[in-house]
Amino acid sequence: MSRLADMLKDAGVVAFFALLVFAPFIGVQLGSNLRGALTLAPTPMTLAVAVAVVFCARLAVLTLAQHRAAVTLPRMPVRVQDYLAPAMLVLGVVLPFLPFLPNAYIDTATLILIYVMLGWGLNIVVGLAGLLDLGYVAFYAVGAYSFALLATNFDLSFWECLPIAGILAACWGIFLGFPVLRLRGDYLAIVTLAFGEIIRLVITNWVSLTGGPNGILGIPHPTLFGLKFTMSADPGTFAGFFHIDPTPRQHLTFLYYIILALALITNWVTLRLRKQPLGRAWEALREDEIACRSLGINVRNTKLTAFAIGAMFGGFAGSFFATREGFISPDSFVFMESATVLSIVVLGGAGSQLGVVLAAIVMAGVPALMQSLQIYRMLIFGLALVAIMVFKPRGFIAQRRPSVTLGATKRIGAEFISQGRG
Amino acid sequence: MSAVLELHGVSAFYGPVQALREVSLHVNEGEIVTLIGANGAGKSTLMMTIFGQPRARTGEIVYHGENITAVPTFEIARKGIAQSPEGRRIFPRMSVEENLLMGAQVVNYADYAKNLDMVSELFPRLRERFTQRGGTLSGGEQQMLAIARALMSKPRLLLLDEPSLGLAPLVIKQIFGVLRQLNRETGLTVLLVEQNANQALRLAHRGYVLVNGAITLEGTGSELLALPEVRSAYLEGGH
Repeated sequence: MSRLADMLKDAGVVAFFALLVFAPFIGVQLGSNLRGALTLAPTPMTLAVAVAVVFCARLAVLTLAQHRAAVTLPRMPVRVQDYLAPAMLVLGVVLPFLPFLPNAYIDTATLILIYVMLGWGLNIVVGLAGLLDLGYVAFYAVGAYSFALLATNFDLSFWECLPIAGILAACWGIFLGFPVLRLRGDYLAIVTLAFGEIIRLVITNWVSLTGGPNGILGIPHPTLFGLKFTMSADPGTFAGFFHIDPTPRQHLTFLYYIILALALITNWVTLRLRKQPLGRAWEALREDEIACRSLGINVRNTKLTAFAIGAMFGGFAGSFFATREGFISPDSFVFMESATVLSIVVLGGAGSQLGVVLAAIVMAGVPALMQSLQIYRMLIFGLALVAIMVFKPRGFIAQRRPSVTLGATKRIGAEFISQGRG
Repeated sequence: MSAVLELHGVSAFYGPVQALREVSLHVNEGEIVTLIGANGAGKSTLMMTIFGQPRARTGEIVYHGENITAVPTFEIARKGIAQSPEGRRIFPRMSVEENLLMGAQVVNYADYAKNLDMVSELFPRLRERFTQRGGTLSGGEQQMLAIARALMSKPRLLLLDEPSLGLAPLVIKQIFGVLRQLNRETGLTVLLVEQNANQALRLAHRGYVLVNGAITLEGTGSELLALPEVRSAYLEGGH
């Protein structure tokens, strides 16, 4: 019986903290009286229900924990992953041509792919090199603003600006990387967080260049070899050139394929680099910096390349975001974006490419599809994070595959048995 | 005999605390030299100072006639000095093979296959575990991996920091056997830091005793083993 008493006590303590946390949020309701002054009306019943729910939930979790084996989610077998990745790739390629899919879904899929690309880019920094970066949105912003400013001031097209925006973002990656070379873990996270905010504040306040809070309007949409996507069928437009009826779907599909291609390039580069000395050096750096130094690895350059390459992909994604929206403002580059992308990387299982895709679908796709639940978005977000940390603390896909394999392992021969087991 | 490594009056500090006091020693080509001392005597600091972390504040460190006192750590590693550091510091989430590759890829990638065969022969146990993650190896296997990783660059000088720490006597014997074999067959020069004075002095050609950051005694392995003060301090009263 004492176990039940312990559980009740535990749940009681949790409920007490819930009471403390909920009281100011749920316990009172803000209203206004007839004279227009603000009033606070206590809502004890709602508060009681919320606390009771927490109490019961805690009891349920404790009960489940006693049957731990029953609640642990199964590991995704490697075989399933082998099929899942190509299946998702095929789905990704044919998606815009599924006739029953409404346009809004193509748009959502494009948004998800932006997050997939950001996730893959940040995965280089966080997942491979192990550098906790809370300010990744800075490079997203640099990419978006580089493109927007070049396009509106110098009349350059998306394709001309894309590499420039990537290079500029990479330069900022190096520039911001230098001061944090000696920092690790929590300290690195705080400083990168600050960088993200600095970039946003500079953009907000440098009104003469960036338009400040008003943002930049009239950013050109991308063209296909000079063919524009408009609702007219003039020559020089996509529809006019191919003599078909212009539809919004054509433009959406085109945007979708651009970000799909950009994301796949990011993935391909990452997978290639993982098998190269540089990628292995990143992973070794994540494991043990001192050992890396004593093996002759130039830690400074290795870290800076991770920042630069990660930032470059963030910059590409930013340029795409700007060209898709046609309008950007500092509101799009708040800390919440960095947090979302970091959550995607961590939830997916740091270092796992497929995990990032799954997490991006959950984190970016679900809120977009559940517009009606918009006000509960942060609540669901928080619950999802807690659930993942409880059930799959190392992310959806936590396995890591070696970057080299020298054929099959040898069987243990009799001659080795004399060696003894250390 | 030419000196591979010479330390002349090297002092090192952690902040205000002096960890090494004017240490001078030399390691000749083809020698195994051991440095014994109690906990906190500065043995590991000396090892790390040779690699420039912390830097020697006074004195100079000369490797093959070149002053490396102020050379960056990663460049020292590229000059043919390899280290199996204190606490092994293998890469736990990377496979055994990747760990070995990391030992070779920067410094000596050209001979990777050859050196991989060499360490596989020295430590057949690692060969069996190539695809296993480093962190899942036993303590002895991790130590073998740390030494093997250091050997992957085919170094001219190997620095070993307490390879016997926390290992079963049988495994210690095996690891020391490998060191002796390497030294005899390939003429590898070794600087070995050990608390296990008995084993270390039997293996080594020469030894130094480090007390409170300063060298107090030096001699051949057997000379030091025979000295009453060494026996009482490092052999009989525990170690």
